[in-house]
Amino acid sequence: MTALEARDVALSFGETPALRGASLAVDPGEIVAIMGPSGSGKSTLLHCLAGILVPSAGEVLFEGDRLDQLGEHQRSVLRRDRFGFVFQFGQLVPELTAQENVALPLLLGGARRTAAMAAAEPWFDRLGLAGLQRRRSGELSGGQAQRVALARGLVARPSVLFADEPTGALDSVTGEQVMNLLVDAAHDQRTTVVLVTHEARVAAYADRQVIVRDGRVNALVRS
Amino acid sequence: MSVPLTLLGLLEREPSHGYDLKRDYDTFFNRGKPLSFGQVYATLGRLVRDGKIVISDAEPGVGPERKPYVITELGATEVNTWLTEPVEPEPNLQTVLFSKVVLALMLGRPAEEYLDVQRAAHLRRMQELTTVKRGGDLVDALLADHGLFHLEADLHWIDTTATRLDALRAAVGT
Repeated sequence: MTALEARDVALSFGETPALRGASLAVDPGEIVAIMGPSGSGKSTLLHCLAGILVPSAGEVLFEGDRLDQLGEHQRSVLRRDRFGFVFQFGQLVPELTAQENVALPLLLGGARRTAAMAAAEPWFDRLGLAGLQRRRSGELSGGQAQRVALARGLVARPSVLFADEPTGALDSVTGEQVMNLLVDAAHDQRTTVVLVTHEARVAAYADRQVIVRDGRVNALVRS
Repeated sequence: MSVPLTLLGLLEREPSHGYDLKRDYDTFFNRGKPLSFGQVYATLGRLVRDGKIVISDAEPGVGPERKPYVITELGATEVNTWLTEPVEPEPNLQTVLFSKVVLALMLGRPAEEYLDVQRAAHLRRMQELTTVKRGGDLVDALLADHGLFHLEADLHWIDTTATRLDALRAAVGT
């Protein structure tokens, strides 16, 4: 069974079609990079796969079950319990410390604060963030904030991690560190990763690359 | 990679023997593709013939007698000139690819498919280099980076060309 699948998915924003029959199957534990030019529909596809957007046609399946037929509340619970997210600008909660940010998915899932904070703690050593637990996002560099965001995305051991341009705001060396950590952690936890990027060097970390063009997914021709 | 100039450069660092030169060359300059001893000694022989290095007196000590190679002033000048001159920018791939694309359009062949195949080949190579980089040391990483940045530049060209195929088709008159 695939971990995640889009079958002939279509979605328009007003009169503008973003996806026109996009299909993609992702195996469990696989890291797939979705590439494509700006406006090609790659982020929209990620949002459909993650249950953030509901396609107007086609099907989205998570572990064999229709995700697109779930109601908003069920999709929200699914996103919280089974999915992790990393975005381009980290999007940490500025009022919380770094450790509280990492613990957040566990707290939202109903874990006790002590347990959630204890589960968040080891990620600081693991991602080279030791000593930064009490800092707030404004006191972190871009690379540090993105590593905190990565820890937050993985702390609840999600089945799937969705990463939308996770290195887009970082210089190439820092971006490389984040990608190394992302790939290592995903492999350790056997987390499936759907990575959206326009950078070939970032996509090269994935097991497989596909290109979204004009709202459709093109598997790369293997010569 | 210029083998004679690189060996000359290694000898400017310090006098050395063929075995040590081969080891340093393989470690720093040609990982995965070691030089043969035959190539090392043939190259050193030509450098001696051309007066760029000389064979020094044998070093005293135990074991077989080993004579170190020493760089001459002519050799050192050549290394200095080589290091200070910029490398000729060689957009070879683009030239070949460009020719393929233009010819494909002229012949009514599917240029976009050719670009797709090339894009896939480039991404596959980038994937291989990224694996090398993740598993290797700093020298591996820097060598892999050099390849990765070049491949990435080619990919930009491939993507840009793909978006301009219609205009190019009109320009080549098909």
